Amino acid sequence: MAEPINTTWACPIPLRDYPSIVIGHGGGGQLGNELVEHLFKPAFANDELDRMADSAVLTLPAGRIAYSTDSFVVRPLEFPGGSIGALAVNGTVNDLAMSGATPLVLSAGFILEEGLPMATLGRIVTDMAAAAKAAGVRIVTGDTKVVERGHGDGCYINTSGIGVVRDGVQLSPTRATPGDVVIVSGTIGDHGMAIMSVREGLEFDTTIVSDCAPLNGLVDAMLAVTPDLHVLRDPTRGGLASTLNEIAGASGVGIVIREAALPVLPQVASACEILGMDPVFVANEGKLVAIVPPQHATAVLQAMRAHPLGSRAAIIGEVTSDHPGMLVAKTAIGAQRVIAMQLGEQLPRIC
Amino acid sequence: MKYLAEFRDGEIAQRLAAEIRAITTRPWAIMEVCGGQTHSILRNGIDQLLPPEIELIHGPGCPVCVTPLDMIDKALAIAAIPNVIFTSFGDMLRVPGSDRDLFRVKSEGGDVRIVYSPLDAVQIARENPTKQVVFFGIGFETTAPANAMAVHVAKREGLTNFSMLVSHVLVPPAIDAIMSAPGNRVQAFLAAGHVCSVMGFWQYPPLAAKHHVPIVITGFEPLDVLEGIRRTVQCLERNEAKVDNAYARVVTFDGNAAAQALLEEVFAVTDRAWRGIGVIPASGWRLSAAYADYDAEHRFDVGAIRTTESAECRAGEVLQGAIKPSQCEAFGTRCTPRTPLGATMVSSEGACAAYFNYGRFHTLERASSATRDSNTSPKAATVG
Repeated sequence: MAEPINTTWACPIPLRDYPSIVIGHGGGGQLGNELVEHLFKPAFANDELDRMADSAVLTLPAGRIAYSTDSFVVRPLEFPGGSIGALAVNGTVNDLAMSGATPLVLSAGFILEEGLPMATLGRIVTDMAAAAKAAGVRIVTGDTKVVERGHGDGCYINTSGIGVVRDGVQLSPTRATPGDVVIVSGTIGDHGMAIMSVREGLEFDTTIVSDCAPLNGLVDAMLAVTPDLHVLRDPTRGGLASTLNEIAGASGVGIVIREAALPVLPQVASACEILGMDPVFVANEGKLVAIVPPQHATAVLQAMRAHPLGSRAAIIGEVTSDHPGMLVAKTAIGAQRVIAMQLGEQLPRIC
Repeated sequence: MKYLAEFRDGEIAQRLAAEIRAITTRPWAIMEVCGGQTHSILRNGIDQLLPPEIELIHGPGCPVCVTPLDMIDKALAIAAIPNVIFTSFGDMLRVPGSDRDLFRVKSEGGDVRIVYSPLDAVQIARENPTKQVVFFGIGFETTAPANAMAVHVAKREGLTNFSMLVSHVLVPPAIDAIMSAPGNRVQAFLAAGHVCSVMGFWQYPPLAAKHHVPIVITGFEPLDVLEGIRRTVQCLERNEAKVDNAYARVVTFDGNAAAQALLEEVFAVTDRAWRGIGVIPASGWRLSAAYADYDAEHRFDVGAIRTTESAECRAGEVLQGAIKPSQCEAFGTRCTPRTPLGATMVSSEGACAAYFNYGRFHTLERASSATRDSNTSPKAATVG
């Protein structure tokens, strides 16, 4: 479980003149330079960034390159278990890891809204630096723009990342094969409900903590068992159900899961019940689903459970040649149902 | 979770289902009134445990589904007025009006906000004194007390910038209308447990006697629904037209007296049009004369509303149990959650959406015979 990493942040001297972001911080002038010199460079601390060139120049290990990008627009910017900064790093790290790549470097593009408190940005950047360190990646290039007040939700971040894929690893959403075993790395729905629980108008008595975490270490442990994993995906937006539907569609196979086997925290289950939501559709930011050949399933599961981010890993179902393209759940009472893709976000029900 | 896992126990479910099979001697058509029960039945696959003689007919108890089109159109018109903050429960936002939905109004600049309680809308009104804040007060007796409380609080505080667009509907008149309709096939009702938690069930004995129909107050968890069905079948087999309470851990005969008193004060019974069904006399609530100043219909003049319902949508027949969603020609093809022709395809409690989302438009057996070698089989495409 990822600990909340919102660290206290002390504003460095030159930035204290501006307690919040002003338009000038996005211009090419002195204010922008101060942000880079006193905030980004010290936080992300690496030679490539320190060089301050127009682009990072990298020497990468030999092998296939994985390359991914993601944009982050979460509201609120800070939430139990993380912040937009931690998400922005872990999101791209995880996308790379799901291809079997060792994540190496990231870029970070900020779109800041005029008026964003400098202290908030400081904490976000500190979180990014901590997340990058935890994941073993370097943030080697970046950009900052400022938009007028009212034109953004405080802070948007885009990250893109590069990793090198291990030899012999052929992970692909098209490789799910009948007989394969479906393993999820832990409790589902934590991140989505953590965000819901702190949105305006919803206050729960218990704190639900986002699972935001870098998964490359867990993937290392799994691939050490066998390079022959078929599919890895991190079920972010749309949740586990959307991810499994996508895999079923891409591989032309059916997937069957047992609802009773799904790990769900009690407080997440309760919150979902109250709002009329289904945890299988709720976002995760530190979980993966693996489609594993049956002969490796037990060993992979054991390796996952031995890792701190996989302690609640569970086998939840199988890949089948029946009902291709469809995800079917065995319900708790012994019946079955199709789980279709949702149209968009789940909407809280009236009653 | 306390009181959740307990009522989803697979072994007890199988035992209840076996009991139902044992006591069933002939075909029975039972209507679950509430959309929440329809959702639970399809989500958990409760119907798959029942003997083939038992037919569950999905009733009109989805608040989103029965809210009349002219009311949706009024909501859309009010939400589009500058300086209005239009607040609603989430699942109303995608309900199609005559030509658009609230999401579209929002994208076109309307200030439309999802709230989780009508009291949140009152709070928004407090925080935005220069704006008009409107709450879309819809639903059955279940949601009515909170809506009544919101108007009550607004009046008590003298909040002049809060109003409610009210389209409340009532269960007992709907049961009466269904039983009185020509060609009715319903032989028994699972009454909605949440409605009865507010209203009690003192309104039901006269209905049971009038139509000689068993009415069993039923909850929403799988074991609740199965127990409700078991008691209903027992009544039917014994030819007993009684009212039985299978949800006693929540529902009492008298219901919530404080809530009923507030409802009496804030609302007045009115004739109400039900989308897809038509006007049912004395089947709804509007704001009472004492609260007329808080009625958004009075506060905003949105002109004459001309509604256009999809000619193809058979939601009315679905809501009255005349057809199953999958018997509609448009189901799953021209009408999907992405392109809903009617409200029953929108709300998760709507029978059409429940059928679609839980894959009831083709059986798994049929699906499994589909060709294996295609990445995008037509069935997979339809599901997605």
